[in-house]
Amino acid sequence: MEFPEGLKYSKEHEWVLVEDRVAIIGITEYAQQELGDIVYVELPEVGEKIVKDDAFGAVESVKAVSDIYAPVSGTVVEVNDTLPDSPETINDDPYGDGWMIKVEMSDRDDLKDLISAEEYAEYVEQQKGEGDEEEGGEEEE
Amino acid sequence: MSGRSPGINLRRSTPPLIFEGGSPGRSGFFWPEEEAKSQEKIPRNLLRDDIPGFPELGELEVLRHFTRLSHLNYSIESQFYPLGSCTMKYNPKVNEVVARFSGFSLLHPLAPPELIQGALELLYELEGVLAEIGGMDHVTLQPAAGAQGELTGLMIIRACLKERGNPRRKIIVPDTAHGTNPASSTLCGYEVVQIASNSRGMVEAAKVEEVMDEGVAALMLTNPNTLGIFEKNIQAVAEVVHNKGGLLYLDGANLNALMGIAKPGDMGVDVLHINLHKTFSTPHGGGGPGAGPVGIKSFLQDYLPVPRILKGDGSFELQEDFPKSVGRVRSFFGNFGILVRAYAYIISLGSDGLEEASRMALLNANYLRKKLEGTYHLAYPEPCMHESVFTDRLQQKQGVTTLDIAKRLLDYGFHPPTIYFPLVVSGALMIEPTETESRETLDAFANAMIAIAREVKENPDLVRSAPHTTPVGRLDEARAARKPVLRWEPQAGDSDQRSAFSSKLKAKS
Repeated sequence: MEFPEGLKYSKEHEWVLVEDRVAIIGITEYAQQELGDIVYVELPEVGEKIVKDDAFGAVESVKAVSDIYAPVSGTVVEVNDTLPDSPETINDDPYGDGWMIKVEMSDRDDLKDLISAEEYAEYVEQQKGEGDEEEGGEEEE
Repeated sequence: MSGRSPGINLRRSTPPLIFEGGSPGRSGFFWPEEEAKSQEKIPRNLLRDDIPGFPELGELEVLRHFTRLSHLNYSIESQFYPLGSCTMKYNPKVNEVVARFSGFSLLHPLAPPELIQGALELLYELEGVLAEIGGMDHVTLQPAAGAQGELTGLMIIRACLKERGNPRRKIIVPDTAHGTNPASSTLCGYEVVQIASNSRGMVEAAKVEEVMDEGVAALMLTNPNTLGIFEKNIQAVAEVVHNKGGLLYLDGANLNALMGIAKPGDMGVDVLHINLHKTFSTPHGGGGPGAGPVGIKSFLQDYLPVPRILKGDGSFELQEDFPKSVGRVRSFFGNFGILVRAYAYIISLGSDGLEEASRMALLNANYLRKKLEGTYHLAYPEPCMHESVFTDRLQQKQGVTTLDIAKRLLDYGFHPPTIYFPLVVSGALMIEPTETESRETLDAFANAMIAIAREVKENPDLVRSAPHTTPVGRLDEARAARKPVLRWEPQAGDSDQRSAFSSKLKAKS
């Protein structure tokens, strides 16, 4: 699984690419894989304000509907409007064409709470491995 | 064919569409000569145009077509249906007999109260027994489903808090809740605050305390929760909520575990909804509408929906004069026929029978849990109530997921459990057998699950490509959701037979 180096990550499985005052936001490879095939995306509109840790949109997969949480606060300046018609882009290319919104950050300090690719990879391993100690039970025949 | 059937992989022979059968001019009936003549007198501009491709079949062909389709149905009356959180118990036939009594089935919904005393008495009695079972003071039978019950309950809470001075802004919902809880809260104008369950799958009072303030209107708890675990801390949670002036709402979706054993009203619950189509054996889905009665403590009774049924001097009346009421939430008396069935179920089982039903539901769930423990990873080690949640963790090593296991179960003739819910469990398989299944059925299901686990080790591709024996194979669910085709339409380039068929039709008209 890939977690590009230049990105920052949230524990809610969003990634952030910082370009000056603008943050480009999407969901991670791990998130899309856990969700499964995405069939519907709900995104905010340009000009809307989003608040760090609050839901700014939602993705619906064949399994479930999940909120997407804002990793930073700010104003939405651009939305990936190809996603509503082709939500599978998020599955196919989560870090590229599957980006969701661009936000002009109101407080760059928000970035301090985000983690690096390496830390995120470790976090994902932890998530996957939770409760592994119960494994190895005798199989009933 | 796949070109016009996105989402469906027609690898094996499916029953032909009705459009593919028959022959031009064939019909199930023939007009008597006189009728046919009189038809010719109808002005042509008043006759409907021919429908291109409209099938023309004989009566027996049509009958066989729909009988064949009906055989593709899956229901509790044909097989085991362990759909977790749905309580797919058997719906006893005596309920149907009673609901068909002409005194009930022929009533006009606008008949004046003096002519429907028997029906009002039944509703009044049903309110009473449901209140007794839930440990509540009053019940309204109007809501037509569980989610409408939730909304009604929250409207009652909002009306009460508003009268106390502030309807408040937030509702606390645990991460194990049914999706309807946050949805109902939002619909009622509240903001949802989600709290995490602890490592044993339970809500902790301390966690509630962290987010509980005077902006919180209520906490919505499901007990037992969707993990099939009893929320042991419910009284402590109730205290935390009540101390800040909030109310405790209980989602009674899983009441089948408690009936006759414990009463939510004794645990600090202020508002409760009950799903008659789960716990009280009325039909689900295509078998009939639902019903989601709401029970409340007496301090909330002024806000109940109207009309309310009051018992006067030996007779029953409908009273609308409750100015603080949230109003009417459903036309007439709710889904009356369903209410009759639930009443029949309660009366035929009696209080001992209801308690035994719950105890057997717990026994059956724990029996399956024990049988499958080790073969499948259990999400939580706690003993379960009426359902248990497994995961695909042990099977993932072979690249097999919960969805594959569910699909493979179809080959063994079983409806799969609820999958990928609750959301807090990755790859959840939620199994609720209910009390109405025999030990032989439970064993057969467990054996199928164990056989699938063995297949996962020996031949994972067999499981990954399942189902193999059903009329259609693995559905492309993503494509079906993204680009649903909801209506069959003839298309250019379809089989020669159909083109010839429709061109003949055109020639005829």
